[in-house]
Amino acid sequence: MIAQNSPALIPVLYLLAAIIIPITGYFRAGSAFYVAVLTSAAVFVVSLLGLQEVLTNGTISYHLAGWMPPLGIELVLDPLSAFISLLISFSALMVIIYAKDNVAMELPEKVMPFYSVSMLLLGGLAGMTLTGDLFNLYVFLEIAAIAGYALLAIGNKRAPFSAFRYLTLGTAGAAFYLMGVAFIFISTGTLNMVDIASVLPEVQDQTAVIVGLVLIVLGLAVKMGLFPIHQWLPDAYTYASSTATVLIAPIGTKVAAYVLIRVLTIYEFPTFIETLTWVAAASIIAGSILAIAQKDIKRMLAYSSVANIGYITLGITLANPLAFIGALMHILNHAMMKLVLFMAAGGILNKMGTLSMSRMRGFPTVMPITTFAFIIALLSMVGIPPTGGFFSKIYLLLGAIETESWFFVFAILLSTLLAVAYLFRFINIAFFRPYEKSDDKKIIQSSELTLAFGQVSPDQSPKEFESMKRNEMSLLMLIPVLIVAIGIILVGVFNGMIIQNLLNLAIPDFFVAYVN
Amino acid sequence: MLELIEGHYAYFFLMLLFMIGIYAMMMKRNLMKKIMGMSMIQSATIMVWIVSAYKDGGTIPVMDPNISLDNPDLYLNPLPHTLMLTAIVVAVVTLGVSFALAVSVYRNYNTLDENELLDRTKEQ
Repeated sequence: MIAQNSPALIPVLYLLAAIIIPITGYFRAGSAFYVAVLTSAAVFVVSLLGLQEVLTNGTISYHLAGWMPPLGIELVLDPLSAFISLLISFSALMVIIYAKDNVAMELPEKVMPFYSVSMLLLGGLAGMTLTGDLFNLYVFLEIAAIAGYALLAIGNKRAPFSAFRYLTLGTAGAAFYLMGVAFIFISTGTLNMVDIASVLPEVQDQTAVIVGLVLIVLGLAVKMGLFPIHQWLPDAYTYASSTATVLIAPIGTKVAAYVLIRVLTIYEFPTFIETLTWVAAASIIAGSILAIAQKDIKRMLAYSSVANIGYITLGITLANPLAFIGALMHILNHAMMKLVLFMAAGGILNKMGTLSMSRMRGFPTVMPITTFAFIIALLSMVGIPPTGGFFSKIYLLLGAIETESWFFVFAILLSTLLAVAYLFRFINIAFFRPYEKSDDKKIIQSSELTLAFGQVSPDQSPKEFESMKRNEMSLLMLIPVLIVAIGIILVGVFNGMIIQNLLNLAIPDFFVAYVN
Repeated sequence: MLELIEGHYAYFFLMLLFMIGIYAMMMKRNLMKKIMGMSMIQSATIMVWIVSAYKDGGTIPVMDPNISLDNPDLYLNPLPHTLMLTAIVVAVVTLGVSFALAVSVYRNYNTLDENELLDRTKEQ
């Protein structure tokens, strides 16, 4: 029963929680966290049940209000969307558990709004994943985007401005998407994806359809943060509060990438797909090079997000099953790596008082367990074998070799080398840099983290860390970091099982014929 | 060529509006003018949908006793209009959020000029 209705339950539970949290939070501010955690756990269970049901009995289609598609709105849980929604609900559960202490520390007066808005964001993302209707997708996309702007605007003094830049770009992206849907609607007369797939063969050479698809892809590229239009992403991630970044960075851009998969595989790959491959390659190389130049950990991670979204796009647009599996694996792996890295970065900011790369000396002494998780994630980012990152890169490479596009093979390998350069710099400073006089400089925490709207963080006392006392994150923050870090290794070890049982089913039907 | 323009002049006009909006968002330095450009983009998109529902000689999609039931061609397509009601709501919400952000930027920096804001965020 629950499994059959899971396509509707997943987004609706999140959206319900977004309404319930302000109501209960009005009476007791502390209740917001418990409602959020319960909802995330419930959604996680529902998406697990849904995935199991999909794997045994095939695709579930839920018709909202009983209206049959193509007239009504359809929510579809097929292997691909079940995979993504499981990923969303898993990382949401981890982040919400992690958030309790961090939010209380960073945004003490905004606890209730934070949870409410993050539930709204998750509802939007889950809806984007599950919907089978192009216009409904736009609505969910805007729900997620607006909640995202609000979350990213809470942070230090610079956060509102970077969120504003994200807002203007993101809204333009959504407008491009809506315009593209308009052209598709004019040509096909329908908005349901399955229905469009049946009409599209008749009209696929019309200018309106091609222009519409290009506009949709452009709009999604803004949301994904692909290279030429990634400008909003580093600023927004760096200046926002670390909890908001942890929530948005792992899944926000991935869901946009998933929508790109949906749109590109409605009927068959459109002809402009090769251009997109080159954009993806540019994104991989440029993101890696820009990441090297960064001094701030969060900013470096944001640029590596640009590079990794390039991997995913490359995997989709290389248009063969191996690369496609690589892209899906990389969605999973990259989400988990970014979860660990950003969660650890939040802990570093709280405990060491800074995110500057050069001040990381002694980080392993201060936070040994966090360092353990952080380094697992770093190894996965580079692609060292037992971790998941290795396997997604291997599949991408195999896919690129199969299509004999040697430049892309080169791009992936080059970016791996660049990743070693920018990620191991951190290890080098943390473990091996000798003590320097300038390390004794005291760090005033209040100058590093000032909240928007004139609020000042309550902890104004100067923080010193030259004594290198052990100062680990609280248990509630450590547990999710460790779970995900171990998950990275498990995904690597059991990658064959995941691909065999789940991702193989998610490859679109026309794909296999496309290659042979 | 002339026929194409005559048949689609509304679309040409709306694309022009869209382009002006993008120009304002990219080139104008004042944040309020950027918001105006953003709003123009959204309005242009909404209008494209509305225009796509238009039919020569069609009437509003409300049952008219003078038109027999077996002649639905004489009514406009109501679907884009209803969809665009949702899109208008979304546009209003984004405008609200963008104004709130602009206000909080102004409170933090006492200016809405983009170049100055970029300078000040860099120097810190």
